[in-house]
Amino acid sequence: MPSATPLSKTTRILIWIAVILGGLTIVYALSMSTMMSRLGNAPSDLDYSTTQESDNGLYRVSYMTSTETIPVNQMHEWTLHVENADGAPVEDATITVDGDMPQHGHGLPTSPRVTEYLGNGDYRVEGLKFQMGGWWLMDFTITANGQTDAVHFNMLLK
Amino acid sequence: MRSKRYLALFLLFSGLSLLIAACSSLLPTLWGEDESATLKNLWIGSLPPLSADPSNQYADNLDAAAFGQKLFFDTRFSSNSKVACATCHLPDKQFQDGTPLANGVGTTNRRTMTILGTAYSPWLFWDGRKDSQWAQALGPMESAVEHGGNRTLYAHLIAEFYADKYTALFGPLPDLSGLPNSAGPVADSEAAANWEAMSPQEKEVVTRIYVNIGKSIAAYERRLNPGASRFDQYVEAILNNDPEAGDILTQDEIAGLKLFIGEANCINCHNGPLFTNNDFHNTGVPTAKYLPDDVGRSLGAQQVLADEFNCLSVYSDAQPDECAELNFLVTDEHQQERQYKPPSLRNVAQRGPFMHAGQFATLEEVLNHYNTAPQAPAGHSELEPLNLTEKQIAQIIAFLKTLDGPIDADPRWLTAPQ
Repeated sequence: MPSATPLSKTTRILIWIAVILGGLTIVYALSMSTMMSRLGNAPSDLDYSTTQESDNGLYRVSYMTSTETIPVNQMHEWTLHVENADGAPVEDATITVDGDMPQHGHGLPTSPRVTEYLGNGDYRVEGLKFQMGGWWLMDFTITANGQTDAVHFNMLLK
Repeated sequence: MRSKRYLALFLLFSGLSLLIAACSSLLPTLWGEDESATLKNLWIGSLPPLSADPSNQYADNLDAAAFGQKLFFDTRFSSNSKVACATCHLPDKQFQDGTPLANGVGTTNRRTMTILGTAYSPWLFWDGRKDSQWAQALGPMESAVEHGGNRTLYAHLIAEFYADKYTALFGPLPDLSGLPNSAGPVADSEAAANWEAMSPQEKEVVTRIYVNIGKSIAAYERRLNPGASRFDQYVEAILNNDPEAGDILTQDEIAGLKLFIGEANCINCHNGPLFTNNDFHNTGVPTAKYLPDDVGRSLGAQQVLADEFNCLSVYSDAQPDECAELNFLVTDEHQQERQYKPPSLRNVAQRGPFMHAGQFATLEEVLNHYNTAPQAPAGHSELEPLNLTEKQIAQIIAFLKTLDGPIDADPRWLTAPQ
């Protein structure tokens, strides 16, 4: 059996360059994945939708913020829209507001609350502030016509 | 064969050195999109212009600032004529004093905080028991261990030494001739008794003068803010894709910055261009020897709500709906136990000792505390052990030193006025 043709010098250099480029790609990919794992320390299957159904299906609730994105460290307000299961706006509900960072063991830096009923199932929530980026969970407990249910929103702030 | 082996070795070495060179040249671009956004948030260029202080109509009045500067440096405003604001807030020491506990006419239970950048703080003091610079300034003046004075003493001093300046800003001074030399709601029993004996109208008149002293000092302090550091130059270069960014910080400093915004979690509380989220956190900081129990924010929140000079008070110039922080204040004694405000980290390396009672002498001690995350002496610590190596701790400290920068203020504000 004839031995394989020896590689020319040029080919060998080309192989080395390929090896180096491969190495570089691995280094880059590793650094990116470390970074992504830092950012992604919240569970990966969280639902960040701004419309959610309440725990027992009594209400369908959505929110809009007074700022384009939810800011970090800036007081702002939300408008909470509450409908019943049939899609009719829920009037004159009593709503309590709470929130926390599940991974940090601390709550909100402020005590936000509903300050006004705007009509059409819309409620103004004032005094919202989030003091750091990361995974936040907001909880609203809604009581209307003697029926109470809670709704939750996940948020990933940057 | 031999020469081929040499060639292979040679190629291996050149390949490795190429790899290293390529990696280091890639460093500036190693900040991902999210990291770049984080760096931009920390950059001093992201500090917005100061918004108005609705509680102080004199906040941006230049004459009030000049008057406030005089009061800030005037030692006559104390019980022994030796203590001024500048006694503990020294202009050549980042407007703090470099000692574990402040020394006025006596010794306090807390570390002096810097004044730089406090115009941006919704809460003042380590426990946030004041909600404006002017309300803050009035605290130490009535403290038995700081200025040790009282309201009528200060009103008389204004009438004696600053009548013209005061009148030009705030209108005519009331007649103070019948009022005691020493009276105020203070610990000193004689002054307190004199205060109790005064009529509500007399108290009101004197308190107005006292409030105007605070608002003038605040107008001065508002002009003292941190300037750009080497870190800010670096971020600016990164944001501009400047290839020379890598020359501004060393590899260790960059590695420390990466840890700061990543693995070490510092960014959770020390965020934004002033490196503080202005909230309150229990990080398990040990108690200080020989000091009474200190519950931090759980008392501070109650105090600011009850403070006669808060944003909702009759002495505030704000409308009630302009007091959002107070209107939506958290009061949860249990959760807030031993929470303290994260101080700004700008110029932090110049500002030891550290923590609310100067518990740690060096940044190494601070970082070791965060790294090991001991249990809180009371309440619940938010920390988790970081398991950083000594080298990583050194890198974070190297990074913190890049936050040294000048004071962003007209030089006229940085010395005692003539």
